[in-house]
Amino acid sequence: MPGKLKAKIVAGRHLPVMDRASDLTDAFVEVKFGNTTFKTDVCPKSLNPQWNSEWFKFEVDDEDLQDEPLQITVLDHDTYSANDAIGKVYIDIDPLLCSEAASVISGWFPIYDTIHGIRGEINVLVKVDLFNDLNRFRQSSCGVKFFCTTSIPRCYRVAMVHGFVEELVVNEDPEYQWIDRIRTPRASNEARQRLISLMSGELQRKIGLKVLEMGGNAVVGYLQCFDLEGESGLVVRAIGTACTLDKLSSGAAASINTHMHPNTAPASNACNSPSKDGKEPVFTEDLPSSSGPPTPFRALPTTSSSPPPFSPSKPCSRQSSSSDTDLSLTPKTVRPQPVRSRPGMYLCPSSPTLSTDSLPLPGSGSVGCGHGSAPRATTPPPLSSTHSGSSTLRKSVSFSEDLLLAASGMGSGGSAGKEAGPLKTLLRQQTQTALEQREFPFFTLTSFPPGFLVHVGGVVSARSVKLLDRIHNPDEPETRDAWWEEIRQEIKSHAKALGCHAVVGYSESTSICEEVCILSASGTAAILNPRYMRDGCLDIGSSDHRFEEPSPPSCGFCHIPYDELNMPFPAQLTYCYHCRRQKVPDVLFTTIDLPPEAAVTGQGCLIQARLCRLKKKAQGEVNATAISNLLPFMEYELHTQLMNKLKLRSMNALFGLRIQISVGENMLLGLASATGVYLTALPAPGGIQIAGKTPGDLSNEHHILAIQKRINDTIAKNKELYQINPPKLFALDPEVFHGINMELTEEAVGSPIPEPRQRSRLFRSHSESSDELSELDLSHGKKDAFVLEIDDTDAVEDIHSLLTDAPTPTGFYSCNTEIMPGIYNWTSGLQMFTSVRVFRLSNANLTNQGLNKIFTDLCENLLKSLYFKLRSMIPCCLCHLNFTVAVPEEELIQVAVTAVAMTFDKDQSQEKPGDRAMTKGGSENEEQLQFPLELCAESTSANNQPSAKIPGTVSLLTPAAKIYQNHLITIPPAGLQESTNVSSRAPSVDYGSFADRCSTWLELLRLKAHTIRRGSVKTISSSERCSPLPEGRSRSLRSTRSFGGSSVTVVKMTPLSFLPGTRIVKYLGIINMFFIRETTSLREEGGVSGFLHSFIAEVFAMVRAHVAALGGNAVVSYSMKECVFMENPNKNQAQCLINVSGDAVIFVRDTDQEATPAQMNTGQTCNSGTDGAT
Amino acid sequence: MSVELDVFVGNTTIMDEEVYQLWLDGHTVNDAVKVRMEGGVLDECEASADVLLSDTMDQYRTFQMCERLLYSPAKLANQLLFQIPPHRQAMLIERYYAFDDVFVREVLGKKLSKGTKKDLDDVSAKTGVTLKSCRRQFDNFKRVFKVVEELKGPLVENIRQHFLLSDKLARDYAAIVFFANNRFETGKRKLQYLTFQDFAFCAGQLINNWTVGAVGENNMVEDMDVDLDKEFLQELKELKILITDKDLLDQHKSLVCTALRGKTKAFNEMEANFKNLSRGLVNIAAKLTNTKDVRDFFIDLVEKFIEPCRSDRWTAADMRIYLTHYHNSAHILDTFKHQVVWDRYMGVVKSCIFKMYHD
Repeated sequence: MPGKLKAKIVAGRHLPVMDRASDLTDAFVEVKFGNTTFKTDVCPKSLNPQWNSEWFKFEVDDEDLQDEPLQITVLDHDTYSANDAIGKVYIDIDPLLCSEAASVISGWFPIYDTIHGIRGEINVLVKVDLFNDLNRFRQSSCGVKFFCTTSIPRCYRVAMVHGFVEELVVNEDPEYQWIDRIRTPRASNEARQRLISLMSGELQRKIGLKVLEMGGNAVVGYLQCFDLEGESGLVVRAIGTACTLDKLSSGAAASINTHMHPNTAPASNACNSPSKDGKEPVFTEDLPSSSGPPTPFRALPTTSSSPPPFSPSKPCSRQSSSSDTDLSLTPKTVRPQPVRSRPGMYLCPSSPTLSTDSLPLPGSGSVGCGHGSAPRATTPPPLSSTHSGSSTLRKSVSFSEDLLLAASGMGSGGSAGKEAGPLKTLLRQQTQTALEQREFPFFTLTSFPPGFLVHVGGVVSARSVKLLDRIHNPDEPETRDAWWEEIRQEIKSHAKALGCHAVVGYSESTSICEEVCILSASGTAAILNPRYMRDGCLDIGSSDHRFEEPSPPSCGFCHIPYDELNMPFPAQLTYCYHCRRQKVPDVLFTTIDLPPEAAVTGQGCLIQARLCRLKKKAQGEVNATAISNLLPFMEYELHTQLMNKLKLRSMNALFGLRIQISVGENMLLGLASATGVYLTALPAPGGIQIAGKTPGDLSNEHHILAIQKRINDTIAKNKELYQINPPKLFALDPEVFHGINMELTEEAVGSPIPEPRQRSRLFRSHSESSDELSELDLSHGKKDAFVLEIDDTDAVEDIHSLLTDAPTPTGFYSCNTEIMPGIYNWTSGLQMFTSVRVFRLSNANLTNQGLNKIFTDLCENLLKSLYFKLRSMIPCCLCHLNFTVAVPEEELIQVAVTAVAMTFDKDQSQEKPGDRAMTKGGSENEEQLQFPLELCAESTSANNQPSAKIPGTVSLLTPAAKIYQNHLITIPPAGLQESTNVSSRAPSVDYGSFADRCSTWLELLRLKAHTIRRGSVKTISSSERCSPLPEGRSRSLRSTRSFGGSSVTVVKMTPLSFLPGTRIVKYLGIINMFFIRETTSLREEGGVSGFLHSFIAEVFAMVRAHVAALGGNAVVSYSMKECVFMENPNKNQAQCLINVSGDAVIFVRDTDQEATPAQMNTGQTCNSGTDGAT
Repeated sequence: MSVELDVFVGNTTIMDEEVYQLWLDGHTVNDAVKVRMEGGVLDECEASADVLLSDTMDQYRTFQMCERLLYSPAKLANQLLFQIPPHRQAMLIERYYAFDDVFVREVLGKKLSKGTKKDLDDVSAKTGVTLKSCRRQFDNFKRVFKVVEELKGPLVENIRQHFLLSDKLARDYAAIVFFANNRFETGKRKLQYLTFQDFAFCAGQLINNWTVGAVGENNMVEDMDVDLDKEFLQELKELKILITDKDLLDQHKSLVCTALRGKTKAFNEMEANFKNLSRGLVNIAAKLTNTKDVRDFFIDLVEKFIEPCRSDRWTAADMRIYLTHYHNSAHILDTFKHQVVWDRYMGVVKSCIFKMYHD
């Protein structure tokens, strides 16, 4: 009996009229927990009843406390007939079970009815007296904190990351039980809501137990999903990352202490900053091998030195795929493995035997599409580098190349050290031991404490098509467990193939249509710093870990984790353009957020690949086979699209990549979203080359030239738009880098895409200078890889779709990650929204092309609508744009988007308050001169920002940013001076040296904060008022503070883990709610749009009410996990299920503006004209 | 192929004031899209007509969902469904309860009944205000009327508190309620030249001076600001002495004429018409005990006083000076004992006539 739950019903308001005769209601309330029910008195004839009940007390197990929701039902008393239910409130009391979260739930809750929606409100007080005894109650896990946030929550410090936790529970879906035939829709909906609430509670408790077993105290990046499998049941599953978190003792935790706060926010961020100050020395010492930059080995196959030379590795890499040729891809992506429970399901047409032989892994067959760090789909495999001098490549060739992505799990591990230097080996070994103890070294986090992420390999993903069958024994959901186990094994082996021992940014999803289910998992293969995995508390703030850091944080994560002589796939490696000490791939795809400390050039943008594929209607295994046959092609196409679009924007990396494949009865939808950026450390992307098959045809050639020109123009325009001015390279060793230099300079100066011929010449010269074998040029002639052939209509369509993506309107930016690369000066304007569209395809004879166009238009138009709606917030950025697609019915396509629009200060993004603040008298003039200049530059979209492009200089940090980010400051090598804008760099150099003198980092922080506060009123005042422009226009969207007269707390919602301009002082617990809404009077409620509109509004309202009742004023990491909409217009009916989650928090506004950038700016680095301002 | 469902829901409810106005004005979605397109909103944001249509539909839906909250604006502040910043709430309410002067002019003083509502299509045709908008405005009047009908205390204050309206709008509604309650005739042709604001001003004068509440002793009487003070109306009969007593009338006239002589060009007309005009005003006062005559108060003022003056081409200044002296001179009449009632009556009549006398 370890807990006593107490509830008190205070009052109701705005109740509906239940008695037509009197226009009033005789309301009373039932309070139910577990099997105990209490009732209040009837409050006769009132729409605003005051019950003021006694405290209803429930004495229960803490196990029940975790599983069960408190259920409050408001009814209308009726003397003669049955009492009518007005509606219900489910209250999850989990937040009360954790001492650090909320202590009381008190507030107005909307009374919700699944048929009528919100019907009035009820004021409730809930408390829990918990007699917690951890030793005795093994079945409960009270006190484990849950966070949806996929980074370390703001007011905590991570002492240890334990790793992956997962669990799933299954049950029969009440909607499909026999009893559903005889009960009302309301009863059925409520049974479902209650069941899911129970199941989530149970799931959370079970995961909590696992965490306790691991020695952790929290789950971060908690991701819970429902699979509505229909007849075969209901699955609730969750994954997360177990951690041990320490509450930050300083200001952040101590709520409203504004004095502390300059230190608090950075406390976690700044931890490795000291190391930054002395950055240069750090990495020299780290990398003895690089003291004399090694010759860039650009041709992998040549080097016979490494044990498994690349070419041999291909055959052995994966038997199933190496069976090769274009089609061999199919086996790989198609997950053929025989399912234990359904031996009859073999989806693998080509080589099941091979795959089983070759792979010892249980999950051998499942889809492996490791989009490696170099997922250039069109790159020819080195083996086939026999291709002709004409740089034209065929897709078929690239197909076989793609196979290699799956890569062999073997080679990479042991041989890694050889080229990469002893440190890397050491590191890897250490971490490996730490990680190998775990079954799945997966992390659901997408952003990490500084120093955590060492290298990133690339995206790994796996898909598997399964046939659903009834879950016979809900208590032992073996089948579902086994399915996920297989997929995870697959992911693990892919990561291994990329030379990585861990997967970060890991997520799982399903798509179900009738009895077919696609299970997907994806993540980013990475090498992590073992410190966080070791037992015992580690102080991330301490500097002792420095020596372990192999590379500067601004580019270190880009360095390849795999052995370059034994690469899992062919990639063009170059020396890091940032530190020039280690190899980087030419393109990097990841599912994580851009590491805050990464060096970025220009701004990022949302990149989407969209695809529709028709499929025949079928049943059972035939259907599953058809789907799994289509999957690899879809993955490939999506991938090509992404790649092309990335090139078109002149960017070289994708973050937050999320590929969703949705299955419908007669089609498959694929949507890949990511945020493209130009990583300073990676080489500049090549252009896109158009080629025709029949070179002789003049008119055709004309056409091709025209298209080529359009593409080139677009690239040039995009470069301006996103302010991508790749830094000119300054080689540390001129001789070695001569070639690169030339190439880059040419590109920067000349047309964005040099003529093919000219380019090849460039290459040759370049390779000569770098002592490469010329025969290998082609394989790493990365530009050549992006040749589009326009012989077939497919290709024409591709190109068209490439070019029809409308650019974001002026004043808007968009991304699907937490923060927008290149924008750091957020103001407080905030608007979270959900938008849903359903499109009906009335034309029965659609082709794939036609479908693609429709789908693309649907997405594009949706985006356009969003921009239009939010135009009053300009300049603003749509962050965390999360698209979800579904095929709810045969001819319907549903797209749902949840995102947040955030305002930022445009002017300041262009100027450099930081420099201004720190520049003393003399240079003031210069600064002032510079300002108007930059403004013009911006208005004309000119992209020349004098000092912005030199890696290694700090150029544009704000004062605040600088404070917290000094770790990013690198002292420019002497060689860089010439081209640097002296005035802007001087202060940074100053600080660098100044920092050296400071004994502690905090001291430095404080000092700087002071300097700035006193030193430059100008800067501070400008940052305080943030944007003067939006002030007036968008006040409506952010006015929360002044919600004066009303009794309703303003609750902000955001899918991000932070709120700009504020500090989160307390996490109150996880919000995880599931609602069903149904109507039998669709027309009367305004049709489907009216119905869904009010339902979504109601869901928001209920989330806000729960947060407010917990004492919070915001939800962070909010997401809408599920939005299942079904309609039957003929019957005038519709039903919708929505599942939302997030973290309830209390935030306080930064009165002191310096902390604002601290949250968001932590990562900005030295380049780009736009960063730095706040 | 069509978009079957299209919704956008923001955590903070997004509302475009321009669209709100179009909605209030009763435009259909398509009309609204047309108007917006002509307004050039597309050009500034590089959007297409589809986008505009989708946005307009969304906003219309939002407004429709908000509408029921606007029926009792106090709810808007503590409802949970829409998160709307306070200044937006104020805007929503103020605009929702705003009305067209041309429309209100048509229904002013009419019974706010179903019958009147049925005739709204005629009003709509006449005024050019869409029927939908007419209905909204009419329903607003009725709603306010119903609520304040049952409330005690000062009318304007009640309206302001219950409907969270600005002072100006609350006063206008008070006028409408007052007119509707007393059924003042405003529709006659002779009154057509008067605007709603003229009447609203007069209503304010009447409410502040002639109602039960105006006396101010007990502040919490029902209908205190809506019903005229019966006692006062009775007392007004006493004023008749000013025209029935020949001496008094002559005395009054000579006092007024002495004061006016040389101060106005219209002196001769004033002198000639004094008795007529004085009879007119005093008779109006004396008859106000009859409900019928109360209804005709404004038409009487026009017929008995304003029209004669206008035909004599008095200027507004003439009117002002004449009435001031007419009013004040009565105080000097030593046999006239009803100074308090006279002041209460003339104070209002004077300001009403000033307002109603258009040059």
